[in-house]
Amino acid sequence: MNYDILITGLIIVAQILAVVVPVLISVAFLVYAERKVLALIQLRRGPNIVGPFGILQSFADALKLITKENIIPSGSNKIVFILAPIITMVLSLAGWAVIPFAPGWVVSDINVGIMYLFAVSSLGVYGIIMAGWASNSQYPFLGALRSAAQMVSYEVSIGFVIITVLLCVGSLNLSKIVLAQQTVWFAIPLLPMFVIFFISALAETNRLPFDLPEDESTLVAGFFTEYSSASFVLFFLGEYASMILMSSMTVILFLGGWLPPFDVFPLNIVPGVIWFTVKVIFILFLFIWVRGTFPRYRYDQLMRLGWKVFLPFSLFWVVATSGFLVYFEMLPN
Amino acid sequence: MVLYSLTFYLFSSVAVLSALMVISAKNPVHSVLFLILSFVNASGLFVLLGAEFLAMILVVVYVGAVAVLFLFVVMMLDINFVKLREGFLQYLPFGALLGIVLVIELGILFLTDRSSNIYNNQTPLQPIVSEVENTKMIGQILYTEYFYLFQICGIILLVAMIGSITLTLRDKGGVKRQNIDSQNTVDASTAIEKKKVKIGEGI
Repeated sequence: MNYDILITGLIIVAQILAVVVPVLISVAFLVYAERKVLALIQLRRGPNIVGPFGILQSFADALKLITKENIIPSGSNKIVFILAPIITMVLSLAGWAVIPFAPGWVVSDINVGIMYLFAVSSLGVYGIIMAGWASNSQYPFLGALRSAAQMVSYEVSIGFVIITVLLCVGSLNLSKIVLAQQTVWFAIPLLPMFVIFFISALAETNRLPFDLPEDESTLVAGFFTEYSSASFVLFFLGEYASMILMSSMTVILFLGGWLPPFDVFPLNIVPGVIWFTVKVIFILFLFIWVRGTFPRYRYDQLMRLGWKVFLPFSLFWVVATSGFLVYFEMLPN
Repeated sequence: MVLYSLTFYLFSSVAVLSALMVISAKNPVHSVLFLILSFVNASGLFVLLGAEFLAMILVVVYVGAVAVLFLFVVMMLDINFVKLREGFLQYLPFGALLGIVLVIELGILFLTDRSSNIYNNQTPLQPIVSEVENTKMIGQILYTEYFYLFQICGIILLVAMIGSITLTLRDKGGVKRQNIDSQNTVDASTAIEKKKVKIGEGI
């Protein structure tokens, strides 16, 4: 009777797998790349034992972690403790539903794509807060508090950056945002916003120099101090998957998504998905480069940067951009 | 259509159940977590209605910001559960009254003939989802017809924000703050002082 529903369901599952599996594999290689790049920055060799050039190191690590015993502290709130890493992982994968990899290559091309991404990334804080609270231990709790304050603060400036881009596009659809950059990538006219977005993305994904929630020099391991084995793997995968997600968001908003840099002959025959991947890899390299270069921020400096520098500046830029667009009658329709 | 109704019943039943759990859970942190679940399901219902912008705003504002601060406060406070339960009977009549008023209002809303509403026999207020993006529709209505009301809302929020900041901002003396500008303007002439020290005396 209802084979249509079954077939539609199967197609949806296939689409989800076609996105999630490459994301998870790229997480594995991102971890390898990070260790290798950091090693090169610090004049070391990095992982070089497992497989040729150590390329299978992440898979070996994952296998090792999963086979370890999963310890649940007796004082913890067990349901929330187990739920927290699952939520982190699911949220970092859920955002991929709306990412357009190439024209038409998107699981769900919804009207409010950018709002959806913003919503999913703002939910990411729950995994961390729940982990910190459920562990019933001081260091994770401190990590959770820091992370909650930090992520809420930097979301504000991310919101203003997104508004600036939307003013220039006139749509919340991610494919339309990419297509609006055919003449020039938004990174060029909105360069200060691009920089603010990149730095806020570092803070939003808890990456160095803003990794205070897991600051090992003061908080042991921060919010996942009590986690071991598979639940730790979920946190780890979640963090790196959301790193790639934020990089894709940067690429879509500012670096023209799947578009080639110039619409000329040898560049425009390269498939869009390759351009997209190359740009995402470039942003990820910046993430790792920043980690290898800068010392960790102190907590009050972090808050000052978010509220006293980024927020006023991005607010000013929203007003300036809309004024410019109205005055020169360049508002999109 | 079957899938649509199934999704609707899934979202609405989870929303109602988690709303019940909000008031019946023993641990306040669990209450807030159930509240968040209820918010997320409500936004799912908005998506089913075709109001995707409202759904996303609900998640961003309520779940992403307001509930985080709720959770923050509830986790930090050391709440005595036994004391919380003590006043239950005392507040019961008032709570019941509120509930009854709400039920009556909802009943009136559902039982009245919707075709004779304040818009006088216009078509009922339902978005034509396929024609206009509802983000655009909301923007057009909010910034034209309801422009002054919208601005007043903004001013009320601003007043509330300034009020809460002035209430909580206390300048306790003796707190050392980092002044980055003054740190950056330091050079050798202001930071170092040369002194002639006599032998055997010190400074």
